Amino acid sequence: MVFPDKATADGLIEAAALSEAKGRSLWSDAVGRFRQNKAAVFALYVLIAITLFAFLGQFLAAYSNEEIDWSRLGNIAQTGAPSFSNGHYFGLDDLGRDLYARTVQGTRISILVGLVGSLIAVVVGTLYGAIAGYAGHRTDNVMMRIVDILMSIPFMFVLILLLVMFGRSIGMLFVGIGLISWLDMARIARGQTLTIKNKEFVEAAVATGVRPFTIILRHIVPNLLGIVVVYATLLIPGLIITESFISFLGLGVQEPSTSLGALISKGASQMQYGVIWQLLFPLFFFLATLFAFFFVGDGLRDALDPKDR
Amino acid sequence: MFIKPTMMASAAALLLALGPTFAVAESSHVAAGDVLAPADQQTFVSRELDEFPSIDPNLIQDVSGNDVARQLFEGLMNQDDKGNLVPGVATGFDVSADKMTYTFHLRDDAKWSDGSPVTAKDFVYSWQRAADPATASEYAWYMSLMGIANVDDVIDGKQPPSALAVAAPDDHTFVVTLSQPLPYFPQMVVNAVTFPVPQKAIEQYGADWTKPGNMISNGAYMLTERVPQEKLVMERNPNYWDNANTVINKVTYLIINDENQALTRYLAGELDKTEIPTGQYPRLKEEYPTQAQSFPLLCTYYYNFNLSDSGPEALKDVRVREALSLAVNRDVIVNNILQGGQKPAYTFTHWATAGFEAPDLPIMDMTQDERNAKAQELMKEAGYGTGGKPLSLEILYNTSDAHKALAVAIGQMWKQTLGIDTSLKNEEWKTFLDDRGKQNYEIARGGWCGDYNEPSTFLDLMTSTSGYNDAKYENPKVDALMKDARLADNPEADYTQVEQIIAQDVPVFPVYAYASVKMLNDKIHNWPVDNVQQNYYVKDIYKVQ
Amino acid sequence: MFSYIVRRIAVAIPTLLILVVISFILMFAAPGGPFTSERPLPPDLLANINAKYGLDKPYWYQIIHYIWNVVAHFDFGASFKYKDQTVADIIKQGFPVTLTYGFWSFVVAVLVGVSLGVVAAIRQNTWLDYLAVGISVGAQALPNFVLAPMLVLVFTLWLGWLPGGGWNGGQWPYLIMPVIALSTSYMASIARITRSSMLEVLNAGFIRTAKAKGLPMRRIIWRHAMKPTMLPVLSYLGPAFVGMITGSVVVDVYFSTGGIGLFFVNSAFNRDYSTMMGITILVGALTILFSLVVDVLYAWIDPKIRY
Repeated sequence: MVFPDKATADGLIEAAALSEAKGRSLWSDAVGRFRQNKAAVFALYVLIAITLFAFLGQFLAAYSNEEIDWSRLGNIAQTGAPSFSNGHYFGLDDLGRDLYARTVQGTRISILVGLVGSLIAVVVGTLYGAIAGYAGHRTDNVMMRIVDILMSIPFMFVLILLLVMFGRSIGMLFVGIGLISWLDMARIARGQTLTIKNKEFVEAAVATGVRPFTIILRHIVPNLLGIVVVYATLLIPGLIITESFISFLGLGVQEPSTSLGALISKGASQMQYGVIWQLLFPLFFFLATLFAFFFVGDGLRDALDPKDR
Repeated sequence: MFIKPTMMASAAALLLALGPTFAVAESSHVAAGDVLAPADQQTFVSRELDEFPSIDPNLIQDVSGNDVARQLFEGLMNQDDKGNLVPGVATGFDVSADKMTYTFHLRDDAKWSDGSPVTAKDFVYSWQRAADPATASEYAWYMSLMGIANVDDVIDGKQPPSALAVAAPDDHTFVVTLSQPLPYFPQMVVNAVTFPVPQKAIEQYGADWTKPGNMISNGAYMLTERVPQEKLVMERNPNYWDNANTVINKVTYLIINDENQALTRYLAGELDKTEIPTGQYPRLKEEYPTQAQSFPLLCTYYYNFNLSDSGPEALKDVRVREALSLAVNRDVIVNNILQGGQKPAYTFTHWATAGFEAPDLPIMDMTQDERNAKAQELMKEAGYGTGGKPLSLEILYNTSDAHKALAVAIGQMWKQTLGIDTSLKNEEWKTFLDDRGKQNYEIARGGWCGDYNEPSTFLDLMTSTSGYNDAKYENPKVDALMKDARLADNPEADYTQVEQIIAQDVPVFPVYAYASVKMLNDKIHNWPVDNVQQNYYVKDIYKVQ
Repeated sequence: MFSYIVRRIAVAIPTLLILVVISFILMFAAPGGPFTSERPLPPDLLANINAKYGLDKPYWYQIIHYIWNVVAHFDFGASFKYKDQTVADIIKQGFPVTLTYGFWSFVVAVLVGVSLGVVAAIRQNTWLDYLAVGISVGAQALPNFVLAPMLVLVFTLWLGWLPGGGWNGGQWPYLIMPVIALSTSYMASIARITRSSMLEVLNAGFIRTAKAKGLPMRRIIWRHAMKPTMLPVLSYLGPAFVGMITGSVVVDVYFSTGGIGLFFVNSAFNRDYSTMMGITILVGALTILFSLVVDVLYAWIDPKIRY
């Protein structure tokens, strides 16, 4: 998982390749189209840079993410501002810890959370929604009422029970994120499937006796990809914020480790207290990551859109 | 995070020294030389953290509920700005020779907001209602703490509520009989649970009697508006007996969950009083010297060691526990993290508690370097940490910025001084309570607020029978001393000795003594700054120009 | 269609029952109860209280008893935490609040979001597109717990134009900041889904044909492209609308609006079983209702859709 962005790209491309199953030329077509999209290529570089920062940035840090600078503790607003001379490039957090080291480590967690969550949403949500929408009738009704129920149950208790039963770990954080992330995606995929399944090419496939699951994978899913990719990038900020709630309950990231969500929420609470860097640095990486994800997603969508061919 | 520590009732046991009959002249509220602001500006707007769980006096168990009830209702006795008792509905009381019967004399001009008189029967009704199992008040235990005769049987349902030893021989005399002498009993009647409640309204409206329009109250104010999670508004009660001396016309409580938001709104002029977020006191004090305030508050912050079988082996070694306590630099915590006028704590009882004399403990006189050196030595003897067996401990706390800050700092202090690893574990409040209560932890934070201003309210926690002894500390000597203190004429020596034993055994270690840190509009005068429980009465304050 | 709607409504009832049962099981299984407190209550007292609230009965009995009370008497019980209110009081007071600011947020989010998305799609890869995309990505990524205190700082503390919080029956000065804080990220999401959906539609054969025929662009957009564009937007709007009208904790926390969003979250933290169940049923019913509404709208937009 050194280059998680590449992992998603690969995943999506694999899905497309699987569904189309037309071999190498499509893939290079897509790459070619992606390369022409300057915004997307630039965003990909940004994403790679952020990933490098998140996974290698700690080697440039002068301090660890947990050491307290006792001499500045209690006087952060005056003495904790970002400075190259004392090695605190991003300044100190409210407890006198190096914000650079904490942002590096927090970005790492949050990128993973965003990627894993949106991957689960894409895979589970799309397939679930496509199956429900394609099958229709009673199957659709049952599957979608299950989604309605899952959307309405008090999710907090599910998380607390996960904590009680399995203890805390980063793995359980991903389970928690995964449980919630696919629901909206399933509804969107299902809604689109309802119209796609009436299109001529699907009817033709049905008429020639193609198996339903093959139809879903080959004809429905590729046509969903546009909206799925857009929605996946929409999900990421929500998931990164949800992580801080899950950690609040004790299931996820524990101090002294942190995440962008936790850093931003702490920074936001302190915004009028003269330590604005505590908000700006994490928020910058949050926004930059999301912008990059968006443009890469947009580029991928254009590159993979079967209708353009 | 939305839970407030329960704390209540009051003050100095030295009152009895004044003699059996006790009455104080009423204070004229407005100080000479103060020019009052015009009537339309005589409002008081206060921030509250969360919606009041209840404003039915018999059901109230939290500080905010008490704050509201003290304005809407009036109990037998009130407190002045120092926390001393002053007359409320009662003008005074007599104590019998065996110190077990208290007779309160009620004023004859006390009235409910509907104009009917407040009588001793109202108190009898209220106290019986508070103990009645059918009311199911979570605060019924306070009635049992007051030691009223038969109270436990009533709560258990073994005897009817009428068996409670309270009586109204006539409309203006209220008599309480205790099961054993309790020197601080009079202090306890300033708590809301003992306030009178209107039988008429309760019988007419049932649980809805606390709604505006239905509520009849006997305090200086009447409830006029209540929107859950938004606000509670009260206006002057024209039937209140001392209405002529009341200045503030309208009292508003705004529910603002986020303390930083509350501070912003205070600075925008929307509030007269709000809490100061952790760490912001020095800056605000500099910028608003007349508004930023810090007063001692009767609560202690401490850490529990799990001494039960489920606790880690290393913590069973008293040297390890003492080393861990010594290595915590409380001055840094108080001066550099909290920064709100809190004080380092070395005794479990808050330093400002009435009738408490702290023992002279060695830890108090050492510098932090000396403490660290001794801690390292003890740890070495025990064979852990740097150069010994590696030790890793887990600190459990409920999720909140302040608890997190302390846990992080203490973990780092242990790591740097003793070379032991700590991991932190935060949990949501109820999960935390469940785990701590079941000794499913290694080290866990705790906080305790005095129910009344006397050391036993703290030290009872250290007895083996206490339900709140989360460390599962057992020492027969402590149990015996605390039992002795209850009957002793002068229990101070017992308390001092118990603190000494705790300092030796270290089942818990105190971290700091609380302070109430807030912004208070400087136009408000007569705020009870010296009341260590911060029990305020809006009828006593006023705004100047 | 009519028989489909009737069938769906019939299914809603068992769905809600399943929701209630699952929520109860989760609640009972979670550590701590409504009367777990810092100071553990003496056992006798706890028994009194449990008896009063029916918590001394077996779990299955409590669930059936609750469902019976709701179905037969429409009685949701008293709040375990806020003892002066019944659950019905809380919902009656809080739901109109969230409904009001949620509805206006929805209107703002849809109007601004759809316009932004359409403009961006029509002018794809022009500065207008980049601007619209930039605004929507930024708006969507700015967490509302950052936006909300910023708004109060600017409009209350610095400019003194708006009250810093409260509801006061929903007068407009109290409504502005909650609506901005709540609608921003929804608006951005809607803009982005609209843009991408519109782009796909504009590439489709029938639009190309229309363009080739020389129909004016405005007419193509309104008459032909708008309806299919809205399909995926609708799938998003269903849950989004429910999300907005059932309130936002962040809005309730930062603006002290007193909506049910905060009550819902607090009830879970407080283990206030009755309040939590009441609001869960409300949210569940709305979720089910609006997924039906969305399905009906699908069929209206695309008459070929059969369920």
